[in-house]
Amino acid sequence: MNRMRLAAALAGCAGLAVLALLPMYADAYYLALAIGLLQFTVLATAWGLFSGPTRYVSLATTAFFGVGAYTVAVLGELLPWPLVLLIATAIGALMAVIVGLSTLRLSGLHFVIFTFGLAELIRQLVIWYEVNKTRVLGRYVFVDITQKDIYWQLLVLAVAVFVIGWLIARSRLGFALRIIGEDETVAKHCGINVTIAKVTLFAISAVFMTLVGAIMAPRWTYIEPSIAFNATISFEVVIMALLGGAHRLWGPALGAIPLTLLFEFLAARFPTASTLIMGVIFLLIVYALPAGVVGLWDNFRRQWRPQRVEQGAGA
Amino acid sequence: MTAAPAVLEIKGLVRAFGGLVAVNALDMTVGSGEIVGLLGPNGSGKTTALNLVSGVLGPDSGAIHFGGQNIAGMATHRIARLGLGRTFQLVRVLHGMNCAENVRAGLAFHPARLPRGEMDEAASRLLERVGLKGSEQRLATELTYIDRKRLELARALALQPRLLLLDEWLAGLNPSELLIGIELIRSLKDEGLSILLVEHVMDAIRSLCDRCVVMNSGRKIAEGTPEKVLSDPAVIEAYLGAPADA
Repeated sequence: MNRMRLAAALAGCAGLAVLALLPMYADAYYLALAIGLLQFTVLATAWGLFSGPTRYVSLATTAFFGVGAYTVAVLGELLPWPLVLLIATAIGALMAVIVGLSTLRLSGLHFVIFTFGLAELIRQLVIWYEVNKTRVLGRYVFVDITQKDIYWQLLVLAVAVFVIGWLIARSRLGFALRIIGEDETVAKHCGINVTIAKVTLFAISAVFMTLVGAIMAPRWTYIEPSIAFNATISFEVVIMALLGGAHRLWGPALGAIPLTLLFEFLAARFPTASTLIMGVIFLLIVYALPAGVVGLWDNFRRQWRPQRVEQGAGA
Repeated sequence: MTAAPAVLEIKGLVRAFGGLVAVNALDMTVGSGEIVGLLGPNGSGKTTALNLVSGVLGPDSGAIHFGGQNIAGMATHRIARLGLGRTFQLVRVLHGMNCAENVRAGLAFHPARLPRGEMDEAASRLLERVGLKGSEQRLATELTYIDRKRLELARALALQPRLLLLDEWLAGLNPSELLIGIELIRSLKDEGLSILLVEHVMDAIRSLCDRCVVMNSGRKIAEGTPEKVLSDPAVIEAYLGAPADA
């Protein structure tokens, strides 16, 4: 077992090294594709961090993503880059705490609709502000950051989201959230402060989404509300996480990678029908794979389990 | 009343749902080390009373003194941390987890919790205590009905409660399981635990309860030893209806 773990860790490090060196040999197209893959891997994994254990479906991804992008649009030229990212982190966390405290009492469908409305609300607020105060709808993002820099930053963020997700799963917070996901009433009767647990995780998840938006912003050079607060991102992330399986840390990534490639292909081949095809795929996933790819894997493994249990009971 | 100091003291508790007053001016106490039965026909307000005590619902008025403070309207998790364990009328186990994790749910989030390294051992001890020795790795979904009830009890006991609320914990057990269940609850009392139980099983009430409080339509209609309240004409009438020739 230990040897297998060591091998897995070594393979992981080697894979990471290959990924880190990718900008050295990939051309611009593949670098752009890799950025897209990383972007959605982080977004979907961050989404799963919160929605996996709590089973709340959030459509607020683009709200946080857009806020991150706008933080860069506003502050990118004024402050050093690490400080800009730090401020984006703080804004994302603060927003998540406010939204979380006011909405996580909502159940199921109400929460979905609220989060969808939230992204739209923030977009409209930004439009209102830009039109009435700055008098220009769009902004230019002139920062000295190359595609390679974006790639490396996203790679670091991807590693961070997995490490933090792994740590949370092993922490009391992670255990509390699993209990909440199973039965919130029981969780409360075990002494768990359900609100704090949910809001904390929502904020952690939101910080990653905000940072993705901030890191991606320099790619556009020109940004306006409809680009930064694009609702399609929220839906794509949900589809990816559900395809992969949100109840495991590495599940959403298994959905993000094939679907990013597929959406890329659809957008190139069927630019007008891509939304339609995306919708059909969404329906297929929900009906055919309710527990995602990870669910298939779990079923496969469960077939081996009964033998082990019987041995355990006999001993 | 009892000589023992009260663990739980309820005064003038009221809770209405729209026009229906589910709990109406309820007064009752649970003394230290005492088993008190809360009886009454279906819909008489027993579970609402338990929900008010454990904080699932907030009262419209009245006071609930537990652990030296008024917990009326306090959040459930804070009441749990004060040392109140509870089981549910419709048994609630964490289906996706194994038995050890179910018990650790009760162990991990209260002020007197153990260091991480001792939790597995404590979970095993509690499982053994309720008669689930060796079931650590079994999934909660694989358990029989009585074993789920046992698991739920182990989780409640994991909180190291001063007061245990049992909502029809003995309902639905077959006669031999019932005897086991009664023995188990009695052994908890012998360890000094105070218990408030909602129950319909008369054998259990007679053999376990020190005192009973009987509710009907939200009001307390009788209080005293099981023999006394179960022969009280008002209680018989509440359960069976008024005699035809009255």
